[in-house]
Amino acid sequence: MKGFDVAIVGAGPAGMAAAIEVAEAGLSAVVLDEQVSPGGQVHRAIEARQTTSDDDRDGAALVRAFRKCSVECWPGASVWQVERSAENAFTVCLTRTGETLQVNARRLIIATGALERPVPVPGWTLPGVMTVGAAQILLKTGGNVPAGRMVIAGQGPLPLLYATQLLKAGVKPAAFLETTPPGALGRALPHLAGALANMSQLAKGLRFLADIRAARVPIIPRVDEVEALGEGRLSSVRYRAGSRTMEMAADLLLLHEGVVPHTHLAMSLGVSHAWDAAQLCWRPVLGEDGSTSVAGLRIAGDGGGINGWRFAEMDGRLAGLATVEGLGGQAVSAVPRETLRKARKRLARLRPFLDAWYRPRQALLAPADEVIVCRCEETTAADVRAAIRQGCLGTTQVKTFTRCGMGPCQGRECGLTLTTLIADERGISPEEAGHLRIRPPLKPVTLGELASLSAPGPRNADQAI
Amino acid sequence: MFRKPPEALSRPVTVFVQGRPVVLNEGESAAAAALLAGSGATRSTPVSAAPRASYCMMGVCFDCLMVIDGTPSRQACLVPVREGMQIERQDGAGSITS
Repeated sequence: MKGFDVAIVGAGPAGMAAAIEVAEAGLSAVVLDEQVSPGGQVHRAIEARQTTSDDDRDGAALVRAFRKCSVECWPGASVWQVERSAENAFTVCLTRTGETLQVNARRLIIATGALERPVPVPGWTLPGVMTVGAAQILLKTGGNVPAGRMVIAGQGPLPLLYATQLLKAGVKPAAFLETTPPGALGRALPHLAGALANMSQLAKGLRFLADIRAARVPIIPRVDEVEALGEGRLSSVRYRAGSRTMEMAADLLLLHEGVVPHTHLAMSLGVSHAWDAAQLCWRPVLGEDGSTSVAGLRIAGDGGGINGWRFAEMDGRLAGLATVEGLGGQAVSAVPRETLRKARKRLARLRPFLDAWYRPRQALLAPADEVIVCRCEETTAADVRAAIRQGCLGTTQVKTFTRCGMGPCQGRECGLTLTTLIADERGISPEEAGHLRIRPPLKPVTLGELASLSAPGPRNADQAI
Repeated sequence: MFRKPPEALSRPVTVFVQGRPVVLNEGESAAAAALLAGSGATRSTPVSAAPRASYCMMGVCFDCLMVIDGTPSRQACLVPVREGMQIERQDGAGSITS
C-alpha cells in the first residue's frame, strides 16, 4: 500500500493551496479529486477554457502553480471510505478508473467544498429542472447553453453571475424569478459594515444585476411558491408574486438557494459538526487553521463553512502550513501567516450580510406535504411528518421508517431538509434534531471492487497511475 | 435541453446516446452528451419508474445514473466521454446480470 505524509481530498482552491504548501516543505502528498482535472467547481475546466475575469485568471494561476508542485494528483478518484488506523494514520479507500485502491497517509486534509442547497419545490424532480450550478458547469466545461425557454428561480450571487455569463454567450434567460423574501435590507443591515469591508465583491454583484436589467431580462422580485409543472418533463413554471399566481412556459428551470458545505466525508469520520443558524447548514467545529475534533484531520475551504474561493485558497494554505508543522516540518510561507489570517478574516465578514439578505424561505426548509424530500427514495414531506407523528424523533428513526436518506446520494440532497423538517414539525432546534448519521461507503462500491482490495498480487496503488 | 454553439466545439468526440450520435468536446461528461442529445433523460426511478434527468452535474445527486458501455449505475456526470462511448438510459435499479 502506497503511503504519503499527507492525503488531500479535493482539488479545488483549498486542496490545491494546501498541496502547494505541503510540497514547498518537502513532504509527500497525494491530492484525490473526482473530476477529470483540478480546479474544483468554481474553476471547473479552467485549463481548457478562455479566462475572461480576474477570478478566472487568478484561478488559472493557482491551478498552474498546483500543477508545477511536486504532489501527486489523482483525478477521477472517488473516495468512498477513510479509516483511522493507529497513531493518527489514515487509510483512504478510493475507486479510480475502475480499480479500487488504498493509500496511507499520516495526515488528512478534507477540502471537498460545497454543494448547492437542495431546493425542494413541487416538481423539482422533473426532467428539465436543474440547479444553476449544473448549468454553469455545462457552460464552463463545453460552452453549452440552454436551448429553448430557460427560467431561473432563486437567489444569491451565483444566479447573478451565471446570468451574466449567459448574456455574454448571447443567450437570454426568459425570466429571473427572484426568491429573496421581503425585508432583506432589514435582515442584512446589522451586517452592513462587514459587507462594506468587501466593497469590490458587492460592486461586482451590483454590476451583474445592472447588466441583467440592461439586457431586459424580466426580473420578478419576492417570488414565492415556485412549482415545476409537466407530465414526465418540465413544461411550465408556476409562482406567486405578491397576491397574483402566474404561470409561464419553460423548457428548463434552474434553481438556486445558496451553497452549503459538503460534509459527508467529515461526518463519516466522526468530526463534530454544529448547526449554523445564519447559514442554515451543518458546519464542522473548527479550531485554528482547520483543526477538527479528529486528531490529524483538518478541513479547509467551503467544506468548513461557505466563504468563497479566495477565502478557501487562504484557508488551504493555512491548513497546509499547520499540517507541515504538525509533522515536524518547516512551514515556510511566501505570505506570512498572519497576513493570510487577516485577509481571510476580512473576506469572511461579507458572509453574514449575504446569509441574511439571501435567506431561504421557510417553505424550503419545511416543505408542503406533497413535495418530495428524498429524491432517491421519493419520500415526501408527508411521509416524514407521518413518521414523526408515529413517534420517530430523529433522523435515524425517520430514515428507517421512510427510507429518506437511504438512496444512492446517501442524504446529500435530503439531509438538510430532513433536519429542518423534523425541527419544524417537532418545534425543536435543528441542532437538537440532529443530522443523518453518515457511514461508508460514501460512494457505491461493488462487491468485486471490495474483494479486489484485499487480493494479494500486483493490484495495488503503485500501479494506479 | 442544452445546445452547443458551433464555435464551442474544439476537440470533437462522437458518442452514442440511445444509439444516436452526439458530438461534444473531449473532457465533457456523458451526462452532458445526454443533455445535448435532446431530452436529457437519464433514467427511470426504481421506486416509481418516474423519469429523471441530470440535476446537479457534479456527482452529488445521483440522478444521472446511466448504463455506459454496458456498465450500469454509472454517474454519467463523472464519466468523461471517449470516442464511440455507448450511453443508455437506465430503467429502474441497475441490472447486475447481463
